Amino acid sequence: MTAMNCDELMLRIQALEFTAVDLNLYLDTHPCDARALADYNQVVAALAQTVAAYEQAYGPLMNFGQSQSCARWAWVEQPWPWETQG
Amino acid sequence: MWVYEKKLEYPVKVSGPNPRLAKTVITQYGGPDGELAASLRYLTQRYSMPTSQAKGVLTDIGTEELAHMEIVAAIVYNLLKNAPLEQIKAAGMEGYYADHDRSLFFVNGDGVPWIAAYIQSKGDPITDLHEDMAAEEKARSTYEHLINLSDDPDVTDVLRFLREREVVHFQRFGETLNIVQEHLSSRKVW
Repeated sequence: MTAMNCDELMLRIQALEFTAVDLNLYLDTHPCDARALADYNQVVAALAQTVAAYEQAYGPLMNFGQSQSCARWAWVEQPWPWETQG
Repeated sequence: MWVYEKKLEYPVKVSGPNPRLAKTVITQYGGPDGELAASLRYLTQRYSMPTSQAKGVLTDIGTEELAHMEIVAAIVYNLLKNAPLEQIKAAGMEGYYADHDRSLFFVNGDGVPWIAAYIQSKGDPITDLHEDMAAEEKARSTYEHLINLSDDPDVTDVLRFLREREVVHFQRFGETLNIVQEHLSSRKVW
């Protein structure tokens, strides 16, 4: 994977997580669909990898013990999701 | 338990300040068929569902609706953020401005505040799932009306995403209704 900047990593996370959300809802009503389950597990692994790369460079994406913080409390440093435009 | 993810489910961009569009889109924040109503409806109906599968669908769709509420909030926030007062007045939003400035509040397009009477929880899973299917269709229609009204292609793109999710949720609720009906009609005494 070539190095992605902050926006590119976030877009990748959004795409992967959306795939996970949609497969999750599908599996809720089709729990025996082995192919969908394999797709879900594959996207979970890819998402975890991308989130780790993002968090290492730009700070935690989740609160309440779901993400490590660096030496500082970086949670409150990055802009919030609705602050996307100057 | 819920945790927050510091991201939007779908990226939000607006072309510029547009209080006239904000005034209509805000109905999906605090209107009768909006995302607050959707999330609270599903997350409160889930407790009395008869099967684990139905509890899962209501939990997961209810949670996704919270993410949609945040997307709608991000649209409205950015459409109002740098809007000059003259534009706000021309859009007929001065009443909203008087009470809320450019902040977010749960109202429909005409400023009517959100009420719990928009939603139901009957304790009858068949009744509740029919309401949920109707709710998804009402939200889909609302997004279509908003797409018709939108003069900002960036906002229209997000509205299209949200409209598509209503279609998917309707499908999942329909499948859940079938599963619950089958469960309720199965013999329990032999």
